[in-house]
Amino acid sequence: MLHIINKSPYEKNSLVSCLAHATKGGAILLIEDGVYAATKGNTAEAALKRAMQELPVYALRPDLEARGMQAAVIEGVKVVDYGGFVDLVAEHRTNQSWL
Amino acid sequence: MTEVAEAVERETETRAVVKKFMFVNRRAPYGTIYALEGLEVALISAAFDQDVSLAFLDDGVYQLVKGQQTKGLEVKNFSPTYRALEGYDIEKLYVERESLEARGIAEEQLLVAVEIVSAREMAELMEAQDVIIAF
Amino acid sequence: MKFGLLINEGPYNHQAADTAYQFARAALARGHRIQRVFFYNDGVNNATKLTEPPQDDRHIVNRWTKLAQDHGIDLVVCVAAGLRRGLVEDNLAPGFRISGLGQLVEAGIESDRLVVFGD
Repeated sequence: MLHIINKSPYEKNSLVSCLAHATKGGAILLIEDGVYAATKGNTAEAALKRAMQELPVYALRPDLEARGMQAAVIEGVKVVDYGGFVDLVAEHRTNQSWL
Repeated sequence: MTEVAEAVERETETRAVVKKFMFVNRRAPYGTIYALEGLEVALISAAFDQDVSLAFLDDGVYQLVKGQQTKGLEVKNFSPTYRALEGYDIEKLYVERESLEARGIAEEQLLVAVEIVSAREMAELMEAQDVIIAF
Repeated sequence: MKFGLLINEGPYNHQAADTAYQFARAALARGHRIQRVFFYNDGVNNATKLTEPPQDDRHIVNRWTKLAQDHGIDLVVCVAAGLRRGLVEDNLAPGFRISGLGQLVEAGIESDRLVVFGD
């Protein structure tokens, strides 16, 4: 399953809740305010790095750039554009938006 | 084939497909409309003979707490609708144990019969779905 | 592949409508089809013809209209959610139609992937 998170980890528990339900073979895509979770040097970084040991984590480039975060991405997070977003949805049999 | 015949055939084909739909509820009632409007979608889905289940986790478990009295708010109390789901053949209501425990809610406080599952079981249930609609 | 999109938030207040639009364009560019875009909750506000956003920013409603016209996409506004929020035939923007929630369920059945854009 592709898990889509659109909220900052400091605003909502969506990422935490998602990680408690994501299983191997899935993937996490951070979009909109969710991309802040893909940035380094903050208290949410450790949780995402742990998640990356189990599943690939993607972040949407236009959202990172809009927020001026494009230089702060955690190593190992794969940055994609909207085409990549579409490909991820197509690739996974199902997807869930953790709003 | 005539237009009418084509439409009937399309509808028949659509109805012949049975997918597993899960409606995911993670938000409390009344503070936002998502609980109510989410429930409305679930009820409509009954008309399509799909394999429907409702998941309640995080603050979504609050939607099922007994004793909701909305007179003071002057808003409609829609909690009785959860009891009507069974009449629509929607019987799979999954409530996450960890979410209940974190909020100090006991099963006896829920207004409808549900299946309480662990987060791990909920994850497996989610993985088995064809369509997941979150509100 | 056929995609169904569900949009649960109105224009400008949340990014959902923008993200959904960009997703739709990218999907079409890759040769996929959009089976339906369904507007629910405050998402119905994407369909009012009365908006006049500042000239130097995107016109979200008109973008949807153009997308529908250019690619023959079915833009459906939920009748019940619309009534709640004052979105009716009289103020419906071109390219949208008002219909029942069943159209959302049908989108879930008929599309290969349904993606939810919300808050």
